[in-house]
Amino acid sequence: MDLYFPIAEMSLNAPMLFGLGTGVGILSGMFGVGGGFLMTPLLIFIGVPPAVAVGTEANQVVAASVSGALAHWRRGNVDIKMGVVILIGGFIGSTFGVGIFTRLRNLGHIDVVIALFYVTFLGIVGVLMVTESVRAWLNSRNPTASRRRLHQHTWMHGLPFKIRFRRSKLYISALMPLSIGIFVGILSAIMGVGGGFIMVPAMIYLLGMPTSLVVGTSLFQIIFVTANVTFLQSVQNQTVDIILALLLVVGSVIGAQIGTVLGAKLRGEQLRALLGLIVLAVGLRVAYDLVAMPSELYSFAVSGGH
Amino acid sequence: MRITPKTAFFVSLFALVLTKTTAMEAATALVADLSRDHIEITTSFSGTRLLLFGATEGVGDVVVVVRGPNRREVIRKKERVLGIWINREAVTFGGVPGYYFQASTRPLSQIASKNILSKHRIGTARLVLKPLDGTSPALANNYRSALLRLKQDHGLYTVPSFPIKITGGRLFRAELVFPSNVPTGIYAAEIYLFQNGRPVSISRKTLTVRKAGIEATIFEFAHQHSAIYGIFAILVALFAGWLAGVIFRKV
Repeated sequence: MDLYFPIAEMSLNAPMLFGLGTGVGILSGMFGVGGGFLMTPLLIFIGVPPAVAVGTEANQVVAASVSGALAHWRRGNVDIKMGVVILIGGFIGSTFGVGIFTRLRNLGHIDVVIALFYVTFLGIVGVLMVTESVRAWLNSRNPTASRRRLHQHTWMHGLPFKIRFRRSKLYISALMPLSIGIFVGILSAIMGVGGGFIMVPAMIYLLGMPTSLVVGTSLFQIIFVTANVTFLQSVQNQTVDIILALLLVVGSVIGAQIGTVLGAKLRGEQLRALLGLIVLAVGLRVAYDLVAMPSELYSFAVSGGH
Repeated sequence: MRITPKTAFFVSLFALVLTKTTAMEAATALVADLSRDHIEITTSFSGTRLLLFGATEGVGDVVVVVRGPNRREVIRKKERVLGIWINREAVTFGGVPGYYFQASTRPLSQIASKNILSKHRIGTARLVLKPLDGTSPALANNYRSALLRLKQDHGLYTVPSFPIKITGGRLFRAELVFPSNVPTGIYAAEIYLFQNGRPVSISRKTLTVRKAGIEATIFEFAHQHSAIYGIFAILVALFAGWLAGVIFRKV
């Protein structure tokens, strides 16, 4: 059954999209990731214009992170003060990011820039996940290997504007969470993701936050940053397809429930290695599309009216 | 696609046209019409087909041209830079029909001279496409053929063909194919009767392509009230996320 999507201005197979949403939902449920960084490239692979894929995904991530954040909120796993500081950075970064996005789109370079961002980040995250899980697997066979220290003092702890974050038991410079927020905000705007895959490791390794608070706090601020991206993309580029977003939301919500059950039954390191390989495969495919000689060198620009 | 159930309807229409022609034979040598005068792009729209049908006196050739609304079109060309393919140069064309269909009873070259065909802009080769940004004609020519090729690939310009059959020496029909990405606006259909290389009769019809139903509402809202649309999109997502959380809380 084909559905015509009003903003993408194309008809796509609805059950296939629903399946895509469910599939990515299962992965996100299994691994506790947002899934935006897989969904956006997959939408581009099936022919959705990259700008529409990014705008629509930002909208979908709003929905996905609300249900996750609520669950963490109930368990008290959100450091609001930290979340708000990161969020201020996130607003700055995402507003700046959508501005760049709009300019690049008018110049005709947005598709390539989106692809380059994806190749870079899927590559880094994929390699890190695979090596991390291999190392964990080796460590489990060799228990004498040394453990990494959680909190290390670096130059970052000498920065000014120190604030006490009671919930996270931290006394650090506000500039650190602020700049993480700005950086992830830019990624969110250009890639249509929540950015949890960068945010979570950054909170653990750079800020030294307790692991129990990391996911909830990250999801809390992702809601607002992706909402800002949704709003700005709607106003500046009209690239948010509400129908497409809703279809993906329904699929991914159901998938996430299945994924959570599956994830509890499988072993952690193997799961992480599997997700790492999936991430690498998607990244390689995006990279291939960038370097392979296109079958058609010419293309229409975004129609500029009549 | 969905034409077969309607065949009976068309047969009766044909009969109507036929009697009409006989009555007005002296005045007009050509009568034609479209099976519908509008196309609505709704949620289930995945392209459509339309029947153009009519009757002639039987002598000569029938040529059909259907043009979509004119628009500006920017064509970009990719070049390899540091190993990756990126858009470099672009040429803007004005007055490009968003859709172009042309069919005839015989190859155009056998029907009329190039001058006559050019005068009526029959055939994609004779479309007047001028670069708006002062690009040199030699360079613009590459972009022009790329534009025609891209439009064909998107199913918006028909490949030159001559699928019009005249049955019973009088009746003709042609099938117009509209892909799902068909542009909206007013379309003009021109049906020519050529005799001895000259058009002796022209019939003109219009066709409206518009978004309808929820699709139209969403599209217009997104473009005309984009801030409210954005807020609405956020609220819908917040509600959907909250609802999902509530539904699966106990699972």
